[in-house]
Amino acid sequence: MKTLLIAECREGKFLDTNYELFGFADKLGATSAMVLVGRQDDLPAFAGKLYLADAAKFGEYNPDLHKKLILATVDQEKPDYIVFGHTSYGWDLAPRVAAALKAPQLSEVVGVADGGFELPSCNMKMRRTVKPQGTPVLLTLQGGAFPVLKPGGTPQVVPLETAGEPGVNFLGYEPAVAKDVNLSKAEIIVSAGRGIGKPENVPAIAALAKALGGELGASRPVVDGGWVDHAHQVGTTGQTVSPKLYIACGISGAIQHLAGMKKSGFIVAINKDKDAPIGEVADVLVVADVMQFVPALTAKLGK
Amino acid sequence: MKILVCIKQVPDMESRFKPDSAGVWYSDTDLAFRMNEYDEYAVEQAVQLKEQLGGEPEVVVLSVGPDRVVEALKKALAMGCDRAVQVQDPAAHLKDPWQIASAIAAYAKGENFNLIFTGLQSQDRGSAQVGVTLAEILGIASVTTIVGFEYADGSVTVRRELEGGLKARVQLKTPALVTCQLGLNVPRYPTLPNIMKAKKKEILTLPVGELLHEEARSVTASFYAPPKKSGGIVLEGDVAVQVDQLLDILRDKTTVLR
Repeated sequence: MKTLLIAECREGKFLDTNYELFGFADKLGATSAMVLVGRQDDLPAFAGKLYLADAAKFGEYNPDLHKKLILATVDQEKPDYIVFGHTSYGWDLAPRVAAALKAPQLSEVVGVADGGFELPSCNMKMRRTVKPQGTPVLLTLQGGAFPVLKPGGTPQVVPLETAGEPGVNFLGYEPAVAKDVNLSKAEIIVSAGRGIGKPENVPAIAALAKALGGELGASRPVVDGGWVDHAHQVGTTGQTVSPKLYIACGISGAIQHLAGMKKSGFIVAINKDKDAPIGEVADVLVVADVMQFVPALTAKLGK
Repeated sequence: MKILVCIKQVPDMESRFKPDSAGVWYSDTDLAFRMNEYDEYAVEQAVQLKEQLGGEPEVVVLSVGPDRVVEALKKALAMGCDRAVQVQDPAAHLKDPWQIASAIAAYAKGENFNLIFTGLQSQDRGSAQVGVTLAEILGIASVTTIVGFEYADGSVTVRRELEGGLKARVQLKTPALVTCQLGLNVPRYPTLPNIMKAKKKEILTLPVGELLHEEARSVTASFYAPPKKSGGIVLEGDVAVQVDQLLDILRDKTTVLR
């Protein structure tokens, strides 16, 4: 079995998360070749074949040309699986390659199942086993679902070229907004999620954080809604944290949030939905109305 | 200018999901359905663009699914879309993303839309494939995961959300398709007068059999709840008791309580 792993380069760097693709290939017991639109001076620790295109020439986000580069490689390698991370790069690019190859794509793979793959559904509350029809099969892997594996060695580089006009014009990156809140050093974080109900309830969550001597965190929906500033956001598009104690208040546990906090030392979740996916990572799940429980807990701490 | 918005109707994600009799998707009974959250941002952006251009563009909203999806279409009409298309398919849940995109493309091909808005993904299936695949079939440019949108003179400039708070600015020429991320805008609530006005707007029904001639490229074999992580303590019952229980646990298992 043969996998073609599609690596991602961001701001000139080979991303460490690319090593999860090797972890997946290892789980399949497959041989691997890798495609990288990146830099000659930042190559993966991998002794196999590396198809390398120059990011200075083809850009870090240029889906039409990256698609062509991958298709040229598929032609040579004839892989069984073409594997991406389920990231802003992978979910953007994989369907383009799948459409060109008339091949099946399975998104956000979390596991390997008999004759197919496990995919999450319904906001991580449920799973599906899906069987692809035909080959090759394109897969995007959920971040953290497969172990990081650094094979080691120096790759055998095969230069990769293509020609053509890009369909979109990458203008540049906008740096992340400077964070005046550094959650990564906090020992205790108390985070507010949509389950708190309304913006007027944020101070009650902040009061618990203060009573514990911790910082206020937030999930994406309350930041998008303007209830809490983005500097407090925990998750893949916010900050990744690992405090000694993490208290999730009314947070259902979308994968993007879990990825940002699941390495916390001790996790308490307060949620009225006993089946919420946050329960999968929580050491203690308090099944309660968050706006009844949190003020009661804060009051008790004050005594 | 002609704009298409593709939306999906999904269950409330706080629901309890049970497998259907075939064991390949959720059972529809006892579920409350609503517009997919990502698609609300798509509808809002399309309506904002119509307003920016003095009301000139025609905004068509489309959904694939059984007759209940008409409720989601009506909401989009009340938010300001001009007319709606239901691609009628009682078995839409058995279609894969390739088939859904193919059915929409078969409709969109003859309509020559200048811009297509979709959500980044659906909340229930989450493949994030249908938008990009639709653009590829139609042969138009596309960008995913937008959190900022500007339009001027046939040119679209978007901000793409990447991981870790980084954003990318990307420009593309129409015809184009964009997939909308949460937080792109603030979706409006339909007002009562607009709900009344929407009742007069056209909803066209097209049977999926007239549009779809493609086989599935992937098939769901089973649908099930993930195994629960063992070891987690669940506290239920009276709040005052729960507070005491939690404090006992925290004193016992952590070192952070002073």
